[in-house]
Amino acid sequence: MTGSEKQLRGLLAEFGSTDVLLRAAERVRDAGYTRWDAHTPFPVHGLDEAMGLKTTKLSWFVMACGLCGAGGGLLMQWWMNAVDYKYIISGKPFFSIPASIPVMFEITILVSALAAFVGMLAFNGLPELYHVVFTSRRFVRATNDRFFISIESADPKFDAVTTASLLTSAGAAVVEPLED
Amino acid sequence: MSTALIDNTYKDPAVRPTLVLGGQDFTSITEKVCGIVEAPKPPRIWYICLAVAAGLTGVLFAMVGYLIVTGVGVWGLNIPVGWAFDITNFVFWVGIGHAGTLISAILFLFRQKWRTSINRSAEAMTIFAVVCAGLFPAIHVGRVWLLYWVFPVPNQMSLWPNFRSPLLWDVFAVSTYMTVSLMFWFMGMIPDIATLRDRATTRVRRIVYGLLSLGWRGSNRQWHRYERAYLMLAALATPLVLSVHSVVSFDFAVSQVPGWHTTIFPPYFVAGAIFSGMAMVVTLLVPARQLFGLKEFITLHHLNNMNKLVLATGSMVGFAYGIEFFISWYSGNPFERFAFMNRALGPYWWAYWIMVICNVFVPQVFWSKKARTNLWIMTIVCILVNVGMWFERFVIIVTSLSRDYLPSSWGYFKPTWVDILTMAGSFGLFLTLFLLFLRYLPMIAMAEIKSVMPQAGLEHGAHAGHGQYWGEIPHQHEHQFDELNGVKR
Repeated sequence: MTGSEKQLRGLLAEFGSTDVLLRAAERVRDAGYTRWDAHTPFPVHGLDEAMGLKTTKLSWFVMACGLCGAGGGLLMQWWMNAVDYKYIISGKPFFSIPASIPVMFEITILVSALAAFVGMLAFNGLPELYHVVFTSRRFVRATNDRFFISIESADPKFDAVTTASLLTSAGAAVVEPLED
Repeated sequence: MSTALIDNTYKDPAVRPTLVLGGQDFTSITEKVCGIVEAPKPPRIWYICLAVAAGLTGVLFAMVGYLIVTGVGVWGLNIPVGWAFDITNFVFWVGIGHAGTLISAILFLFRQKWRTSINRSAEAMTIFAVVCAGLFPAIHVGRVWLLYWVFPVPNQMSLWPNFRSPLLWDVFAVSTYMTVSLMFWFMGMIPDIATLRDRATTRVRRIVYGLLSLGWRGSNRQWHRYERAYLMLAALATPLVLSVHSVVSFDFAVSQVPGWHTTIFPPYFVAGAIFSGMAMVVTLLVPARQLFGLKEFITLHHLNNMNKLVLATGSMVGFAYGIEFFISWYSGNPFERFAFMNRALGPYWWAYWIMVICNVFVPQVFWSKKARTNLWIMTIVCILVNVGMWFERFVIIVTSLSRDYLPSSWGYFKPTWVDILTMAGSFGLFLTLFLLFLRYLPMIAMAEIKSVMPQAGLEHGAHAGHGQYWGEIPHQHEHQFDELNGVKR
């Protein structure tokens, strides 16, 4: 801790409704900002386009994990029952595809679901218990009934004055600095 | 409350019914749902219910302890009836869970927006039901300390489980189901727990909800991946839920006992599972919405829809009962024929007819809209359906085992007091968990409800005309349902 001086980390703008937020997000996007985000109490439809977000690669990750689960599940049953420890049960073959399908299916689902859940958290950088937006007292309403746009000072286009005026002219009810 | 509730059970195909009544906005939804968790004290009846449920849970633990210390001989099992209350309870509880996944995953894929008011509590019910279900196979093995043998864990005997057995498929199906349901439920709750965190007034709440919310900040970059993950979990849970009760039915169908060895079992078990689970959702939500004043969220429209599902699945189950009889006659197999005649007219005839009356005849009252929208009628019907579905599993398991091929090995199962108290105790555990959930976690998915409200602005921009619009009803119907909804004007 070198001192109590706080550094400007970005700006937080509050909006009253989704319409204003969507239009403001389009303006921030068109102004060329890259390190910014919108914060909403629920997923607002159309906001991904308004922010210019690309579709996440999470689905591909889940599919890859699911295929590994399917292959791994089949391999496991073959190796355990037909290679490593063979035993005869009611004259059934040591290994057969039909008898292996239920367990293979369940493992595929399990691994894919774990990939979707853990992958979502990892891609989102969660858990992340501290973030500068939490320093704002207004921000508690981002999980309730208000809509926010935060622009980081690390953004190459960021300028405390022009960025603030962009947000104000885009319809922000309040624009405040984020410091920590 | 002075606002009149619209009769949103009226179906005009051109107009989508309003999902949240009482002129709510985002703020009032947060206040209402968080208010339940944040109230200094829950209603007195909550304490009474919890005391009873926790007492029964204590009985369950005592019975399980007694069983482990003494052995499975404390149950009424014999040869030939080696499975009775234990596996009946297992199949019953797994089945209960299925409705939660139907509501949360299948209705999500079908874009049934009405699910948003009930999916959280239905998913919670799923998890608590699977907890109860998992208990029974675990304790019925006798030497519970060797239970890990069912998992492919490397051990000192270098022995692996037998993957050719349906019982092992069941281990994988149920444990996958539990894990996936838990993830789905928890993930759905993260944004709502963040709401509780942001409103927390005490240190304990701030820390507990803060940790559970994982630092969620409603960022749209996060929402984007979150929604994608949610969609994928729904798409994965849908085939999973259909597979779970199918695999449970393989425990019977793959064996060669007359009355079990039936190809109709997988779809018949899945329909029965959803039937009993829907009935359980209604049984739990009717008192919960009265108790916590959630009539504007869990409206008669929701209950009406669920009762229609009870009627539909109940009729499928009734059809399956008929087909079972037809096939046993048509197969020409004397053992099959005997097994089914014995079910209806043999020593367990009373169980069979309880099952038929409760599952096939009673739900038929739901053809009438009056019955579907009357809280007392639906509660009674749904409780009877649960009784009937418990007996269905009992009938399938016990009648088939008690009379197999050789008359010299026939037997009769009578439950002991331990059997009965263990079953009653499992209801205690289920209700205890559900009551704690109602009090400490957001029982309504706030973020999801907000996203289907007219104020969410779906008519704008890229989504105009995408069928996502949930606006006001243009010409509101005049029928007032005040009395039914218990609203004083």
